[in-house]
Amino acid sequence: MSEYAIAADGLTKVFKTRGGLVTAVSELTLHVQPGETFGLIGPDGAGKTTATRVILGLLRRSGGHSSILGYDSMRDTYAIRERVGYIAQQFALPADLTVMENMQFFAHVQGVSPRQQKQRIPDLLAFAGLGEFTERLAGRLSGGMKKKLALACSLVHEPQVVLLDEPTLGVDPVSRREFWHLLGKLRAEKGLTILVCTPYMDEAERCNRVGLMVNGRFIAYDTPKAIKRQVNGRLLEFTPSDTPNTLALLQNPSRLGVDGILEVQTYGAMLHLFVDDPALRVPQLTAALSAQGITLDGLREIEPRMEEAFISLIRRQEEERVDGKRLSVVGTA
Amino acid sequence: MLRRIWAVLQKELIQTLRDWRTLLIQLSIPMIQLFLFGYAISMNVEHIPTAVSDQSLDAASLAYVQALQASGYFDAVMYVPDQAGVVAAMDASEVQAGIFIPPDFAGKVARGEGQVLLLVDGSDIFTSQSAYNAATAVSQNHATDLLLQKVTRAGMVSDDQTLLPLTTSARILYNPNLDDLWFLIPGMLAMLLQMQTVTLTATAVVREREVGTIEQLLVTPIRPFELMIGKMIPNIIIAFVNLLTIVGLGVYWFGVPFQGDFGLFLWLSLLFVFSGLGLGLLISTISQTQKQTLQLISLITLVGTVLGGFIFPRYTMPRWIYYVGYIFPMTHFIPIARGVISKGVGIEYLWEQVTALAIYVVLILIVAARAFRERLD
Repeated sequence: MSEYAIAADGLTKVFKTRGGLVTAVSELTLHVQPGETFGLIGPDGAGKTTATRVILGLLRRSGGHSSILGYDSMRDTYAIRERVGYIAQQFALPADLTVMENMQFFAHVQGVSPRQQKQRIPDLLAFAGLGEFTERLAGRLSGGMKKKLALACSLVHEPQVVLLDEPTLGVDPVSRREFWHLLGKLRAEKGLTILVCTPYMDEAERCNRVGLMVNGRFIAYDTPKAIKRQVNGRLLEFTPSDTPNTLALLQNPSRLGVDGILEVQTYGAMLHLFVDDPALRVPQLTAALSAQGITLDGLREIEPRMEEAFISLIRRQEEERVDGKRLSVVGTA
Repeated sequence: MLRRIWAVLQKELIQTLRDWRTLLIQLSIPMIQLFLFGYAISMNVEHIPTAVSDQSLDAASLAYVQALQASGYFDAVMYVPDQAGVVAAMDASEVQAGIFIPPDFAGKVARGEGQVLLLVDGSDIFTSQSAYNAATAVSQNHATDLLLQKVTRAGMVSDDQTLLPLTTSARILYNPNLDDLWFLIPGMLAMLLQMQTVTLTATAVVREREVGTIEQLLVTPIRPFELMIGKMIPNIIIAFVNLLTIVGLGVYWFGVPFQGDFGLFLWLSLLFVFSGLGLGLLISTISQTQKQTLQLISLITLVGTVLGGFIFPRYTMPRWIYYVGYIFPMTHFIPIARGVISKGVGIEYLWEQVTALAIYVVLILIVAARAFRERLD
């Protein structure tokens, strides 16, 4: 099992709350290879943070098994803590210490010798673009700089694995891109294993593999490309002249008299429509909608992205759950 | 290990010094409290505002009222015609004691049947006790004097003879003038030290949890007890500065004598400081927010002060309350502080309390370290 940088098998976490037991993570199994970037993606409340914390040993697990670099999350907690970097979801560095003091504190705590510190800290600060802000209090940094400081601090002991919990939450797009650029450099130059939790689909595309988490379990676990292939049909994009009406019609395709409409998603003023065969359906669709007085602007076929795949997979999951319930009701009757 | 403790200590020191306003408050609170308490707290109530209703207005009644006033306990602030007037004045909170002397006082005294009514405001227990004791003592003396005059005039005793069959001579040890401050300062020292160490430690840990930094600390190799020690040391320093402030002010400003060995006292205080730190840590593990922490601390301070024997003697408490008092470190330290400061005794007389305090420290640190979570749940 130690061939994996991060491993979880049937990992389960149950919280006791006043309302009863809540299963935040259920039977989660994942294996991350050394040097891989793994994305734990899913909507808010899916259990990404809880899963990360249990794997790190910050929370006790309720069932299953998990390890980092072959060290058990519960038993070898301190072996893990010496070898792993972590960025918590909220900014969790002492805000009343300066950038430099923060770096030095975490270096000291991680047992980095003063000589190594002298070399490593300026390097990391330069790498993170914080070289000019060494005297600034951490609490006074911008959101993006805070995340970069957290990254620099988590790397000060040269860990082999880093776990990043939504590292770009509340960060502007430019800083987000910069942050991922830094991660890419670490991956390429140091062979760092990265586990990243994120709700952003564009970030999921940057991972070698992703686990799509909903309600505490994976509904998909593969490379981004393979996950996109799991989506049924092909994707059309267009802007209708009357979006609400079109949406209502497409959600009830029998009224429209067009077959082969699989799913419709809104995308701003545009609509994304999954159909079985674009060559056949586009003329039918255009005709049927123009009979209703609706024109379609900029109609074209596009490649599904993680975002569409994500929404589609979650919907399918929900439908199956509802169907499952219905079946069980029939079964008992 | 030492390296990690040193790292935490450095961090705490930087944070403490950076927030100098808070530090200033922490260092000045004991001074302010000692000054206010030193001047405000008076166990012995004097100059009680008193209403006098003298319906005799003869030589005997005037002499009696004069004697009451001369004792220093009573100030006749108003004169009213009758007993109802005294009660009315007390209802209006204009006076807290009243003297009612019925008509023909001199005649009755001569016949040996003089009577005076003392009315006391019982809603204020300290005043009423003082007034009651003072009035009884003054009246006895006054009566004895009258008796002596009568007997002497009758030529029954010569001047060098004493009439009274029994005299008590009382000698008060350690605090011969029964100075309130001599009694209060050792207890106040215990109270302020406990309050500060508990508060500082508890809030330092809870704040870390509340702002979320505890998560980032927990994923480092720092062990909980290393974190605890690193956090405690700055608080120990602050507590000791405060201890020196209080002792210094007590001795040099208020003139309270320090009878015992100061070195011994410092060592025992260190032990006491640790008990407060342990209690603070325990509170920090129980409470989730700073609000809860402060509520718990104020409860402990108040109850600990009362049950610890700061003002009220512990031996009068019912058994079970007496034992509940042992939960608070102050209970163990107040006898030590009084022993060393006021009585000037050494460890040979205090070993019982010192042992109890030492056991307390060990227990509370073990409990606190166990309760201090390595994990977030």
